[in-house]
Amino acid sequence: MADRLSAALAVLPERLGWHVTLSACALALGLAIALPLGVAAARSPRLKGITLASAGLVQTIPSLALLALFYPVLLLLSGLATKVLGHGFPALGFLPSLLALTLYSMLPILRNAAAGVSGIDPAVVEAARGVGMTDRQRLWRVELPLAAPVIMAGVRTAAVWTIGAATLSTPVGQTSLGDYIFSGLQTEDWVAVLVGCAASAGLALVVDGLLGLIEDGVARRDGKRLWAGGVGLLIGLLAALGPLALPRDKPAYVIGAKNFSEQYILAELMAGKLEAKGAAVQRRVNLGSVIAYRALASGEIDAYVDYSGTLWANILNRTDNPGRTAVLDTLRKDLKARDGVVLLAPLGFENAYALAMRRDRAEQLGVKTLADLATKSSQLTMGGDLEFFSRPEWASVEKQYGLRFKARRQFQPTFMYRALESREADVISAFSSDGRIAADDLVLLGDPKGALPPYDAVILISPKRADDKRLLDVLKPLAGSIDVKAMQAANYAVDRDTGKKSPAEAAGLLAR
Amino acid sequence: MSAIVLDQVSKTYGGQTVLHETSLEIAQGRFVALVGGSGAGKTTLLKLMNGLSTPTSGRVLIDGADIAGRPGPELRRGIGYVFQEIGLFPHMTVAQNIGVTPDLLGWSAGAIAARVDELLDLVALPRAVAGRAPSQLSGGQRQRVGVARALAARPSILLMDEPFGALDPVTRTALADDVRALHDQLGLTTVMVTHDVGEALLLADEVVVMADGWALTHASPRELLAGHPDPVVAGLIAAPKKQAERLAELARG
Repeated sequence: MADRLSAALAVLPERLGWHVTLSACALALGLAIALPLGVAAARSPRLKGITLASAGLVQTIPSLALLALFYPVLLLLSGLATKVLGHGFPALGFLPSLLALTLYSMLPILRNAAAGVSGIDPAVVEAARGVGMTDRQRLWRVELPLAAPVIMAGVRTAAVWTIGAATLSTPVGQTSLGDYIFSGLQTEDWVAVLVGCAASAGLALVVDGLLGLIEDGVARRDGKRLWAGGVGLLIGLLAALGPLALPRDKPAYVIGAKNFSEQYILAELMAGKLEAKGAAVQRRVNLGSVIAYRALASGEIDAYVDYSGTLWANILNRTDNPGRTAVLDTLRKDLKARDGVVLLAPLGFENAYALAMRRDRAEQLGVKTLADLATKSSQLTMGGDLEFFSRPEWASVEKQYGLRFKARRQFQPTFMYRALESREADVISAFSSDGRIAADDLVLLGDPKGALPPYDAVILISPKRADDKRLLDVLKPLAGSIDVKAMQAANYAVDRDTGKKSPAEAAGLLAR
Repeated sequence: MSAIVLDQVSKTYGGQTVLHETSLEIAQGRFVALVGGSGAGKTTLLKLMNGLSTPTSGRVLIDGADIAGRPGPELRRGIGYVFQEIGLFPHMTVAQNIGVTPDLLGWSAGAIAARVDELLDLVALPRAVAGRAPSQLSGGQRQRVGVARALAARPSILLMDEPFGALDPVTRTALADDVRALHDQLGLTTVMVTHDVGEALLLADEVVVMADGWALTHASPRELLAGHPDPVVAGLIAAPKKQAERLAELARG
C-alpha cells in the first residue's frame, strides 16, 4: 500500500506538470478564440446564433470521443503537410489533446462573453458613443470592463471543465493525471486511481479558487484580490512547469502499449531490455487500439506488441481464418507492403478471444464447446469487453454456432471477470493469456469450427526503425520466449487483489 | 453664421419614415427646444446633429461644414451631449466620467484634473464627489455630472435629450435654471429635446414643435403663446397656458 502510494507520487510532478501545461494552453487558446468571437456575437444576433449553436454541439460530443476524433484528423493533415511542405508534425499526444480541449473550453467563455457584452445598459453604450469613443475605445474602455465579471465567471467554468477533461488525453498518448486513472482502472490499482482523481480534483479546486479571487477583484474593482489571484496562478503555473523544464535525455526509443495490463508488462519488458543496453526509452501507454497501430506506422512510436487476429481484422479488414501460420505470413508480407511496418517476431503465446464460463456452471449445464453453448444460450447472459460485440469475431461466432443469448452486457475487462463471479454474466469474452482464467478456475469453451481467428502476440517495428540494428538486436531474442502459462502468471501478478506487482516487476518475471 | 443647419434631412428606419423632410437653421448662441409627444421625431432630429444617426437624405452642416465627411467620434468629441438616462459609466469615478472626452482628445492628466475641478464648481457640485462612484450620487447630482461631462472639452454646441425627464420637479427646475445660466455664461448654442411644453417655453429662445415626424413650426415662445393656426400646435400650447392662467388666478385669490 505504502510503496504503491510512493510509486504513484514519484511520477506526480511529471504528470501534474503536463496536465497543467495542457490545461493552461487549451484555456489560453480557448480564451483567445472565444472572447473575440463572443464580443462579435454580442453585436450580431446571427453570428450569436451560429456560434452558440456550434459550441453547444461540440459540448454534446463526449469528451473522450472528441479527443479520439482529433487523432485521425491530425494524421491526415500531417500526411498532407508531409506531401506539401516535406515534413509533417506529430499527430499523437499534445496536439490532438490541445485542440479538443480548446474546443471544449470555448462554450462557457463564448456564452458569457456574448451575454456579458449584450447585457450592458444600452444607455451606457450610447453615452460611450455620445462622448466620442470609437468602436474600439468603446469596447476596451466600457464594454469589456463592464462585462469582465461575467466573462471571468465563464473562464472559471471553462477552467474546471478543461482540467477535468484533460484526464482523457491519456488514450491519445498525452501524459496527464489521467495516466493514473486509466492504468489504475486496468490493473485494479485503486491507490493510483485515487491519486489521479485527487490530484485532478485538487488542481481544479485550486485553480477555481484563484480564478474566483480574480473574478471577485474584477467585480468589486479591488486591485488586491485581482493581483493575489493573478500572482497565485502564475506561481502555480511556474511550480507545475518546473519539473518539465529540467534537462532530460532525449529518448532514443519510444515504446507504445495499449490500455491493458499485458500491454504494460510487455512494454516494460521491451523498454527494460533497451535500457539495459544504455538506451533512453520513453513509454507511451494507454493508447487506443487503432491509434497504437497508426502511431507506429507514422513513426511516433518505435515498437509495440499487437495481436495477429486484431491486425488481420482491423488493419487488413479480413474476416476469413486460413489458420495460424498463414495469418502470420500474410500479415508479415502485407503490413510491410502497406505501411512499411515490420512484423518482427511472435512472442510465443496467444491472447485470443475465447468464451469462458465458471467451471461449476459449465459442468452443471454440460457445456464444453461453443456448439454445446448454442443449445443453452437462450437462457444465458453474455458479457463482453467494450469492443467485443462490435468485432467481426463476435459476428463470426454468433453466426457459425447460431448463438442467441437472453441478454448481452458490456464491461471494462476488469469488471467483466467480476460479473462472472457475481453471476451477472454466465459467459464472458475472456482473453486466453489472462491470469484470472487459472486463478478463478474458469473453463475456455472449445471452438471446433475455428470461428475465432488466432491471436499471436507479435512485436511490430515502425518503418523508420526497420533497419535499426540496436533495436532489432535487443528485441529479436524475445521471439518465442514467452509461453501462455508465463504470460498468464505475469498478468495475474499485476491484476490480483493482494500482493500486486507493478508492470515493471511483472516484466522482470518474464525476463528470467 | 448658423451653428447648425439641417438641409432637407429625412430619416427612414426599415421602410418606416420617422422624420419627414425637414430644414432647420439654428443661429450661434441660441437656446432651441424641440417639443412634441413621443414618436414625434425629436430625438431622431437631435441625433442627426452629432452623427449618432445619419440622415437618409439631406445634409447636416455644423459651423458651415457638412459633417458627412468627418469621422463620427471626432465630431462628437467637439459637441456636448446629455442623455435622459444620464448614461454615466458605472465603472468610473465621477472625475473619470467628467474627464472622459478630454482624455479621448489626449489632454494631459494635470489639465484634465484642473478641468474636472472647474466643472464641478460650474455645475454646483462639491469637489469631494470627484472620487465617488456614480452609484453613490442622487439623481440630480448624477445629471449635474452628466452636464459637466458634456461640457468638459469646451464644446460650443450642447445637445440635450430630455435632460431633466427623470428628475423630481424641484431638482428639475433648479437644474434647468442652472443649465440656462451656463448657456448664457459660456455662450453656447444649445438644442434641447423635451416633451414638456412649459419647460420649453420658459427656457428656450426658440421652440420647434414636432408631431409624427414633421416639424410643424419654428417660432419664439412669445409668438407661440400669441396663438397658432395649426390645431396640433395650438393644442400643445393651450395646456400649459391654461395651467399658468389658473395658477395666476389662484395666486390672486
